[in-house]
Amino acid sequence: MKHLLAVNDLGAEGIEEVLRVTDSFVEVSSRAIPKVPALRGKTVVSLFYESSTRTRLSFETAARRLSADIMTFTAPTSAIAKGESLRDTVETIQAMGIDAVVVRHGSAGVPQLIASWIDASVVNAGDGWHEHPTQALLDCYTIRQRRGSLDALRIAVVGDVKHSRVARSDVAAFALLGADVTLVAPPTLLPPSLEGWPVTVSHDLDAVLPKVDVVYVLRLQNERMKEALLPSLREYTASYGLTRRRADLLADDALVMHPGPMNRGVEIAADVAALENSVITTQVANGVAVRMAVLYLLLGSGQDLAG
Amino acid sequence: MVDATGTRRADVLVAGGRVAAVGDDLDAPGAQVLDAGGCLVAPGLVDLHAHLREPGREEAETVETGARAAALGGYTAIVAMPNTEPAIDSAAVVRQVLDLGATAPCDVRVAGAITVGRAGKALAPMAEMAALGVRLFTDDGAGVQDARLMRRALEYASALDVTLAQHCEDEALAAGGHMHEGEWSSRLGLPGIPAEAEELMVARDIALCRLTGARAHFLHLSTAGSLELVAAAKAAGLPVTAEVAPHHFTLTHAEVAGYDPVYKVNPPLRTAADVAAVKAALAAGVVDAIATDHAPHAPEAKEAPFDQAPPGMLGLETALALALGELDLPVERVLALLSWQPAAIAGLAGEHGGPIAEGAAANLCVVDPAAAWVVEPDLLASRSRNTPYGGRKLRGRVRHTILRGEPVVIDFEAQR
Repeated sequence: MKHLLAVNDLGAEGIEEVLRVTDSFVEVSSRAIPKVPALRGKTVVSLFYESSTRTRLSFETAARRLSADIMTFTAPTSAIAKGESLRDTVETIQAMGIDAVVVRHGSAGVPQLIASWIDASVVNAGDGWHEHPTQALLDCYTIRQRRGSLDALRIAVVGDVKHSRVARSDVAAFALLGADVTLVAPPTLLPPSLEGWPVTVSHDLDAVLPKVDVVYVLRLQNERMKEALLPSLREYTASYGLTRRRADLLADDALVMHPGPMNRGVEIAADVAALENSVITTQVANGVAVRMAVLYLLLGSGQDLAG
Repeated sequence: MVDATGTRRADVLVAGGRVAAVGDDLDAPGAQVLDAGGCLVAPGLVDLHAHLREPGREEAETVETGARAAALGGYTAIVAMPNTEPAIDSAAVVRQVLDLGATAPCDVRVAGAITVGRAGKALAPMAEMAALGVRLFTDDGAGVQDARLMRRALEYASALDVTLAQHCEDEALAAGGHMHEGEWSSRLGLPGIPAEAEELMVARDIALCRLTGARAHFLHLSTAGSLELVAAAKAAGLPVTAEVAPHHFTLTHAEVAGYDPVYKVNPPLRTAADVAAVKAALAAGVVDAIATDHAPHAPEAKEAPFDQAPPGMLGLETALALALGELDLPVERVLALLSWQPAAIAGLAGEHGGPIAEGAAANLCVVDPAAAWVVEPDLLASRSRNTPYGGRKLRGRVRHTILRGEPVVIDFEAQR
């Protein structure tokens, strides 16, 4: 594996490999000194054109625990803000001698473009509405931790699928691992075409919830109201919000997931996020180990993990 | 020799910028001889739709470099689109572009803007521009959104013996889109432009054509629905014409999968069904012309995220070969679509587009239909490199181009 750009590039076997390696790093993370020398001497750049605290910190923590060196470029504080082109920024970074670029960008396809320009490995940390593959990997890991396997699990992905990179990556990963995925959203928040998507669609959350093993709630961004996609947040919550009443429709062992950051009271009620079956904070915790696994598989050269 | 009157074998003698004789085994001692063995001698091609970028965007193209690319592509006349900076919306800018084209290796004509600054608010001085020979008007790059303003423009233009040409796109419906809306935009997470954004304006302008009786030309149609509307309008006897661009009969939206902005164009690359509909409409005569929509952009502009890059592709040097190779049409039909039919729409009949006969203007191209070549972006005459056909093997190439009797391309090489 040279780059991690999209979930489908990994395939089912690739996902399984990342999840296997993640197990080792979950163990590392539980140690008193959660650090291994696996990537000593390697340099990882985090290139964030969009503000993202949790994903950037998660990747940087992962790289540090692998003893890699980290450089951070974020939009407001670097040459990016001075109008430097994407290509010039990337080539400048490459010239410093680096091994991997972790990129977050508001435009779909930027990780692909960067991978075509430079020799270093590129990790997609979220590109526009397109993909967020490490989120999907940590989601799969979290589900597997609780349910053993995704095979034949019924998963509902609820909310703004159209504008969601998390949804695109999750749908691909869940389906590759054998899950049965249902999208639940108003038609305005679904992609214009679902041709080739391994999903079924529903507009009736109440009918779907009793039948699922996992309900994955997507973040709803407030600006969607301005684009005539929804009449109001209130109406969205009434139809598609995971309220306390709706959470009671879930099976006892069904998991509640959310990629964060949450709009409590909009797509998910505060007390639902705090339920025992909510694994939202576990997702965050697993994020570091999954990203360690990804960086290790891209950059590692077979060093002893126990080191 | 191929022209609107048919196909025959003959020598062509040119003198004083005109065809001096057409016949068998012509003898002209001392004359320069251009070998046309195995080739077709045809009227020079005419492009209704070239973005020459001058004034304002000379880093992407100039009138001179664009005209050289055109000559290499077999064109003896091209119509420069008005979305320059400033826009070609007054006699002053028309004159500037015509002056720049006066010494170019291709006859450069100008399309004037319909509205001031192409802003869609007020009519541009069409009579003043028409007096300088402007025969096509368009706000290309954008469509005239306001139906009332477009109605007035059509009415006003009908007294000037000019044609209004529309870039059909309903901006409200297309807003924010960067590629065709459908299977691929959904998968790639890019905002789409539905086919209906084009079709709405085609339908509206057909209605306005019926209302005003004025001629209308549809630029770069890209959807099956648009072509059905035009076919119905023609069947109803309305004075409409239509063009399509080579990329809309050779490429689909699946090309965007790698996010390379070289595949970003407006109207966007559509579905395989739309490509088939474009080809069928060309074969059925619903479409009157193949126009390049040659749209150069400097490399730095195209080395950007897909949704930030400007739309447009080069076209002048590849159009003929693509039409010969990709359309299942006889060469006479391909040349009609590239030469005499667009010449008539541009108001250039008599000067360009033949027929090749004694006394006619010597604007000719000599096509080698068997010449195999590979598109190498770095070898193109355009100042820009944004061809989506880099590396593609094509068959059919212009060997010589003759402008007003002067060979401006000889054996595939530009002479100036």
